[in-house]
Amino acid sequence: MTRKLPATDVVIVGLGWTGSILAHELTGAGLSVVAIERGPWRDTATDFPTTYAQDELRYHIRHDLFLRPAQETMTFRNNASQTALPIRTWGAFMPPNGAGGGGVHWNAQTWRFLPTDFVLRTHLTQRYGAKFLPEDMTIQDWGVTYDELEPHYDKFEYLCGTSGKAGNVKGQKQEGGNPFEGPRSREYPTPPQKQPYGPTLFAQAAKEMGYSPFPQPSGNLSQAYTNPLGVTLGPCTFCGFCEWFGCGNYSKASPQTTILPSLIRRPNFEARTNCEVMRINLDKSGKRATGVTYVDTSDQEWEQPADLVLLCAFQLFNVHLLLVSGIGKPYDPSRGDGVIGRNFSHQVTSNVNAFFDGKNFNPFIASGAIGMCIDNFNGDNFDHGPLGFVGGGYMGAVQTSARPIVGTMTPPGTPRWGAAWKKAAAENYLSSYQVVTHGSCYTYRDVYCDLDPTYTDRLGRKLMRITFDFHENELKMSQYLTDRLAEIAQKMGPRQIAKRPRTGPYTITEYQTTHVCGGAIMGTDPKTSALNRYLQSWDVPNLFVMGATAFPQNAGYNPTDTVCALAYWAADAIVNQYQRSPGALVPI
Amino acid sequence: MRSGAACLLLLLGTSAAHAAADKQAFEEITRGRYLAIAGDCAGCHSAPGGAPYAGGLPIETPFGTLVSPNITPDRETGIGGWTDDEFVNAMQNGIGPGGEHLYPAMPYTYYTKTTREDVLAIRAYLETVEPVHNEVKVNQLPFPFDVRASMAGWNELYFKPGTFESVAGKSDEWNRGAYLVEGLGHCGLCHTAKNAAGGDETSRALQGSALQGWYAPNLTGDPRAGLGSWSLEEVVAYLKTGHNDVSAATGPMSDVIVHSTSQMTDADLRAIVVYLKDQPAPGDGSAKAVSGEDRMMGAGEAVYLDNCAACHTRAGIGIPQLFPALKGSPSVQSADPASLIRVVLRGAQSVATDPAPTGPAMPALGWKLSDDEVAAVVTYIRNSWGNAASPVLASDVASARQRLSQRTD
Amino acid sequence: MAATDGHFQYQSWPQEEPPVDKNGMETTSGRRLSGSGPSRRVLLATTAMWLLFSTTSARALIVKGNLPWAPNAGAPPTPVHPGPWVYFTPAEGAAIEALVDRLIPPDPQTPGGKDAGCAVFIDRQLAGPYGNAQGLYMRGPFADGTPEQGLQSPVTPAERYRQSLAAFDKYCRATYAGKSFAELPDDQKDNVISGLEQGSIMLDGANGQVFFEQLLTNTQEGFFADPVYGGNRDMVGWKMIGFPGARYDYRDWVERHNERYPLPPVGITGRPEWAPKPT
Repeated sequence: MTRKLPATDVVIVGLGWTGSILAHELTGAGLSVVAIERGPWRDTATDFPTTYAQDELRYHIRHDLFLRPAQETMTFRNNASQTALPIRTWGAFMPPNGAGGGGVHWNAQTWRFLPTDFVLRTHLTQRYGAKFLPEDMTIQDWGVTYDELEPHYDKFEYLCGTSGKAGNVKGQKQEGGNPFEGPRSREYPTPPQKQPYGPTLFAQAAKEMGYSPFPQPSGNLSQAYTNPLGVTLGPCTFCGFCEWFGCGNYSKASPQTTILPSLIRRPNFEARTNCEVMRINLDKSGKRATGVTYVDTSDQEWEQPADLVLLCAFQLFNVHLLLVSGIGKPYDPSRGDGVIGRNFSHQVTSNVNAFFDGKNFNPFIASGAIGMCIDNFNGDNFDHGPLGFVGGGYMGAVQTSARPIVGTMTPPGTPRWGAAWKKAAAENYLSSYQVVTHGSCYTYRDVYCDLDPTYTDRLGRKLMRITFDFHENELKMSQYLTDRLAEIAQKMGPRQIAKRPRTGPYTITEYQTTHVCGGAIMGTDPKTSALNRYLQSWDVPNLFVMGATAFPQNAGYNPTDTVCALAYWAADAIVNQYQRSPGALVPI
Repeated sequence: MRSGAACLLLLLGTSAAHAAADKQAFEEITRGRYLAIAGDCAGCHSAPGGAPYAGGLPIETPFGTLVSPNITPDRETGIGGWTDDEFVNAMQNGIGPGGEHLYPAMPYTYYTKTTREDVLAIRAYLETVEPVHNEVKVNQLPFPFDVRASMAGWNELYFKPGTFESVAGKSDEWNRGAYLVEGLGHCGLCHTAKNAAGGDETSRALQGSALQGWYAPNLTGDPRAGLGSWSLEEVVAYLKTGHNDVSAATGPMSDVIVHSTSQMTDADLRAIVVYLKDQPAPGDGSAKAVSGEDRMMGAGEAVYLDNCAACHTRAGIGIPQLFPALKGSPSVQSADPASLIRVVLRGAQSVATDPAPTGPAMPALGWKLSDDEVAAVVTYIRNSWGNAASPVLASDVASARQRLSQRTD
Repeated sequence: MAATDGHFQYQSWPQEEPPVDKNGMETTSGRRLSGSGPSRRVLLATTAMWLLFSTTSARALIVKGNLPWAPNAGAPPTPVHPGPWVYFTPAEGAAIEALVDRLIPPDPQTPGGKDAGCAVFIDRQLAGPYGNAQGLYMRGPFADGTPEQGLQSPVTPAERYRQSLAAFDKYCRATYAGKSFAELPDDQKDNVISGLEQGSIMLDGANGQVFFEQLLTNTQEGFFADPVYGGNRDMVGWKMIGFPGARYDYRDWVERHNERYPLPPVGITGRPEWAPKPT
């Protein structure tokens, strides 16, 4: 029997980055907030201490920090002619779980999107003509501009203490930064991290070829920093156990190291952990959320009434919850209508492995966001006219890790086992180096999420089904980016390189970043988007949906800076507009 | 403010015994609240999850357990029925309303220094807190310690009643600090070593004491093991926020900071520090460090580099406001290494306050390091970067482990 | 690497029924963390009751007011100790030892898979949550999918090893005049392994290629994982490639470009230099 709890002003589903940001902003405005988190509480010294966080087997191979597929998963197929089957163990992406969410185990690569990314269809159409875009490409403008988001990007970066070098301050280009970035209002809060050998070689090569290398913006701090909330972070120590791992010494920006210590002290905030939200409840009209129903670990169901519901779970689960709660019209690819599940996307990465003689890279001296990158081939920073594709990505020497189980590189043709393998592993570990591209992933009519007809989760709900494959545009882009990257790699002086562009079909078995996005996108038209420009549901005005869920397509960057800027943007709208006059913020 | 409304309610139920003081004197009540904070009454008289001042907190003493009584104005189970004189007698003389002796876990041995006016102000404040019905069985000491009458003899030997008297030739600030430290602050209750009977070793006042599995450090001006190497501002910051650029509070001191010192005025905190730093240290701060060639030091260095340097840095200087400096640390160089060993074995969470909410915690290393390895790294820390203190043996660590395994805090 | 990643340990749910406060909200036993910090004066007699709570990782169902913490909090790895096989039968163990010693053969510089402890590693992994596919989605129906859809089998890693080793042994004895794999000369062993890898050897009752992928993955895991798990004995795998192990601070070395890092590797549970030299 479901037990009903006293009402709260706000219920937040999921206590990751966006949940923590929204909770802090709204409790600061005097609202009472309850955050319901499916996973456990997570704390640095308890859950990822310096005493055992450095365990590749446990955290990278055995996925110890991530959600268990037994608790929730999805089914997958490349296209509608196949039967989707369950993702029984994670591969292509690693869904987070627990307080802090993905913010615990991200790399802390903190990139803003380009101004053109937010008005993508308009911009590309203007520059290349509508016919240049594939007919089934469903990219859209976001409904919000870079300039509108800029103060919120700034707010997140100053929350984190992001280490970097500005390339454009108020329109003035800055030496040493990214010349392509949108204008920022001020310099980064802390200077760039020190760089190891590989990135400096890459930067040198890139510069000689006429490109503009700059240090990757990093949420692993170059020095100790106290943020505006009074929370202090320490300096990154380059341990090389970054993405997939929690940080043991308070030097990676995460909800734990930037917000939670301040948030938890507020009397109008409460977190409930190990509680899974089963659905968002609606009133009879279907136009108003009344709260959520969740289940705890004793199998007791609870109803938490609230005036405002904020869906702040990881992208996949936001979409799933909307589908199982019956909020918004599910997308139907054959009819081309509906919005929930539409415009799903991931990321298109590739790399080049380079093998050197007489060089020692100490690749294990690593940090999640360290490295030197170029943005010359991102977005529309280059002329696509002669190339026959759209999109792009940053590329660089991003020295995030070289842990031995996964990171022992051997030259092409080396046997996978035996004496030859052993010799090659021994000889190449310190002297081989990988450089990467991180490309955009645009959206298509036949790439989407819906509910699976066959498989269910432990709570009896239908699993979400992902239908996704790469399109020609992305594969062409990846080939192009990888070729450009290979040229730079060649200039670094290796004896051999191995080009590894992204090829199809998309496989669920190989890790390709956890940057899945879309499914309940923001936009200006309720027929083609689920949320308005404030991330407010068109259908249910007292429901806002955070996260990369809102991205109409993915850009050539990591999503977190944009996810959190949007969260601050939405929080601002909630506090200064919605609270004063609850209702639709954008007329339908 | 809640106390205002409660004050009004109380007026309606005022009995003749209380007619002496003016309960509407709001300044008196506010002053009393501040003094109650300085005396950290809530630290013992409030149990976690319980109502403020309603008692019920078990207190660990070397002789057994006492449970703090209810000091809300509830007439049946609190002190609402006491007269002002009875309250003053309890605070200044350790005598309860029926003439029974209080145990010095209630630090009347220190509170005796407090003036009658200040004690009455505290009373005025306590009269305004929410009355809570909570019957507490205070005396849970085993026989023969539960015989209160035996305290008469103890008081004879170890209790010197009398209010504070200013010391001529010292500044007003110093005297204010002395009044607080030796009186309401009752710092010596934890920081002055005790003899076998539980009385203060007055010749070693404020030079540190072992209790509840910790070593409360030396608070004198000793340049090595005391406050001598910290600036006045650093000590004040520590008391106010729980953190400064070289240290962080943990363990029982966290409670003191949260309930008491973080809510005191800067002027009072300065006065306390002025007084403490002026307390005499037995030695001159010089000490002979264990030689770097010592076998423990070599192993200790390896353990330190692999386990500690990522936060405390290779040079032992830590990160300001985050990871304490070990170099020059008074606590690290304490004569008794109990706190250091404890923190290494079990981990520790530093205090969180509004100005310093981070509350960084140290992970537990006890599962990872053997007794030998703990002894080596602790010896290394105590004797590197200019530090000098006695070495720690594997057997010391083994006994600490044994004792700590009985604890849950 | 084969896509058979498992995981380490299912998150433990709290076992006891927690008490409920006046709002009907569950609180942790006796420790609703609101307002005050850690209690400094503890009743010794109630140690036993609270010890249960304090040895978990300080997880609270409701978190409010203070960041949860308890002494000795955390879930460090449980070290594997040498000893008899926990999962494998002696015959299975012998076969695995022989297999890992060809996948990673011994040479004068570095021990092979067997002496590095890879077989012990695999044995202990199969006996634990990884072997049981704990935490994976194991609901049916099971159907063969495309390679892109990943492994779709109800067979757990532990079962796969058992089934495959039985079929493998049968194959070897039938093909090599009654000899088990371990009894074959090295070059013949290598041929057999290649046959599994390429799928040219058919095993009756098991998929040789899937078994090979699993085995190769687990062997290399064992060779390079922290020694606490039973493989990478004395950190030989790390020494071979120059990986310094479970270190956490390279600040002094980031900008020392193209220089060899001098410190020996260290595991989670240490290195020989941690022990004071005997007097």
